[in-house]
Amino acid sequence: MSVNFTLLIVMGALFATGIYLLLERSLTRVLLGIILLANGVNILLLNTGGFAGPAPLYEENIPADAYNDPLPQAMILTSIVISFAITAFLLGIIYRSWVIGRQDEVQDDIEDRRVASQGSYVAEDDADVPLETSEFSGPDNLDEKEETPGNRNPKESGR
Amino acid sequence: MINITSLAPLAVVLPFLGAAITFVLIRHPRAQRAVSITLLSVTISLEVVLLALIWGSGPQSVNLGGWLPPWGIVMVVDQFSSLMLVVSSAVSLAVLIYATGQGVADRDEDGPVSIFHPTYLILVAGVSNAFLSGDLFNLYVGFEILLTASYVLMTLGGTGPRIRAGVTYAVVSVVSSLLFLIAIAMIYGATGTVNMADLSIKLAELDPGTQNMLHLMLLVAFGIKAAVFPLSFWLPDSYPTAPAPVTAVFAGLLTKVGVYAIVRTETLLFPGDRLNGLLMVAAALTMIVGILGALAQTDIKRMLSFTLVSHIGFMMFGLAVSTVVGLGATVYYVVHHITIQTSLFLVAGLIERRGGTASIDRLGGLARLSPLLGVLYLVPALNLGGIPPFSGFLGKLGLLQAGIELGTPLAYVLVVSAVLVSLLTLLAMVRVWNRAFWRRPEDAEYPDPVLLAVKNDGSAVRTSADVSGDGNGRPSSKEEIPLLPGAMVGATIGLVAMGVALTVFAGPLFELSDAAARGMLERVPYIEAVLGEGAAG
Repeated sequence: MSVNFTLLIVMGALFATGIYLLLERSLTRVLLGIILLANGVNILLLNTGGFAGPAPLYEENIPADAYNDPLPQAMILTSIVISFAITAFLLGIIYRSWVIGRQDEVQDDIEDRRVASQGSYVAEDDADVPLETSEFSGPDNLDEKEETPGNRNPKESGR
Repeated sequence: MINITSLAPLAVVLPFLGAAITFVLIRHPRAQRAVSITLLSVTISLEVVLLALIWGSGPQSVNLGGWLPPWGIVMVVDQFSSLMLVVSSAVSLAVLIYATGQGVADRDEDGPVSIFHPTYLILVAGVSNAFLSGDLFNLYVGFEILLTASYVLMTLGGTGPRIRAGVTYAVVSVVSSLLFLIAIAMIYGATGTVNMADLSIKLAELDPGTQNMLHLMLLVAFGIKAAVFPLSFWLPDSYPTAPAPVTAVFAGLLTKVGVYAIVRTETLLFPGDRLNGLLMVAAALTMIVGILGALAQTDIKRMLSFTLVSHIGFMMFGLAVSTVVGLGATVYYVVHHITIQTSLFLVAGLIERRGGTASIDRLGGLARLSPLLGVLYLVPALNLGGIPPFSGFLGKLGLLQAGIELGTPLAYVLVVSAVLVSLLTLLAMVRVWNRAFWRRPEDAEYPDPVLLAVKNDGSAVRTSADVSGDGNGRPSSKEEIPLLPGAMVGATIGLVAMGVALTVFAGPLFELSDAAARGMLERVPYIEAVLGEGAAG
């Protein structure tokens, strides 16, 4: 069985550029990376079908093993449909992300940042910290506090 | 006479049908609710019949479209898959009722928007398809169905935090799906088939190096979906921001589909213990790293997401031991964990409603405000922590037994870390209990106004003045919204009761899961069910 060298080169180039773009922080580039990767995988699937042969429609004078293998092509068709739908959806949420926050970048998890900045956090000790360490003065100022999901200002807790 | 097993594809078709109908009824929320709940109930009764049939007999397969295996697509019903079908659909139904309860209570402003029902049913169909699939490519399609539905559910409402989490989640999932597809392409290139029963014969004939590569490719792809340690980074980041019922169903089902796929890979496609050492290390690290993450959290939903990761390690444990006892315990543990983790997330949603926040620093006194909520939290929490006599204890006992029977140094490391992680899970659970339920509300730091509201006679209602900005962009309403709507509490009670039932009926369940494990390790019944008598020879 011979392998189509051109297809392999194209596949390699698609994978390489796709992975490079996937590692970017900009969401549109990540999306482009995913599109390239998906096409690279499709070409890989095409390669697994082996050599190019006549379409698998029965004809008496063609031997059984001369036909092209139709199954990888059916898989490619499925995978194209799936990646099409996912590309459309990702474009949608990237646009939404742009509308909401003018952000085209992968954003950090805020709660994760907060937990990470706590330093050596001892739950029992920290629960007893007097309320004055916060810029808020306690139960009287409940309305102000609503904006902060955490217990207190992370800058001050990182003692 | 028609063979009941040949109705198995209905487990996929019925939810799809429901999705189509509810999509047409998008302007009629009441009809939508009726259709989706009815169809899901019908699906469950069908699956229960299937389970009852399969319980005594071996696996059976259905050839779709009349194509014979290994060319056509097959669906295989064996003890493991039918058990997973029943549990997953029962949990989905409970969450669906919870979600509709939330929608009704909030006048459809916060929770399920009209697109929720069709998307949710497609998710259920995808999960069922993945469980039933006897074909690697069909498994991929099942994964894609449920993942695509989950992207939509994750970003429901399109608020800032959800979009942020949704982007990460979608990109990670797409990459894992691409890896899976690459693995399928390579496997097809090497063997010329994607039928799993056929593969289990043909893969064994390959060069060991090639086998290892294909095996690892599949494990990495499924490991991302199942959130096994080095590949679990995405889960605690994305799950907590979704709406409570969505997080609950994700936590219960999606990672378990990944675990299911890993179990099939390990038992059917690549039997033998070549990579068991690697799996044991991954299992231990998943347990320990996950639970340490959980202890650092103050947000209940995030804490639960980390314990979810941690307990995936327990399932990997039994799988890595790969004896009948170990695998049987894994099957039981998966069932237990789906139920318990989902009910805990549902309770977390109730806590967030009642206390105005999911941060344990700001909660307090919930045990007095709502004793029922306390019971609903405590039972699954102790269950997850592995307190006897609950099902978590029984599952862990099975795992420890299997580990000690194996007796290798690595197995003992696993046994010790499993016990340690159980204790730490209990610690994480009790921390929430002490702070959110036990202490006085006045001791909480900046408690939400709704927590301190004077009118707290259990049936307290909140008005637009009391509605807090809890980070979910909950719009305030002029009307009065019940804090703990009956349908939500009822669904949670149902699920907690199901968790308790797993303890009560542990005997027959363990029998079933051991039978499932024996069948999976023998492999011959599965292969013969698909390819016909004598094929496994």
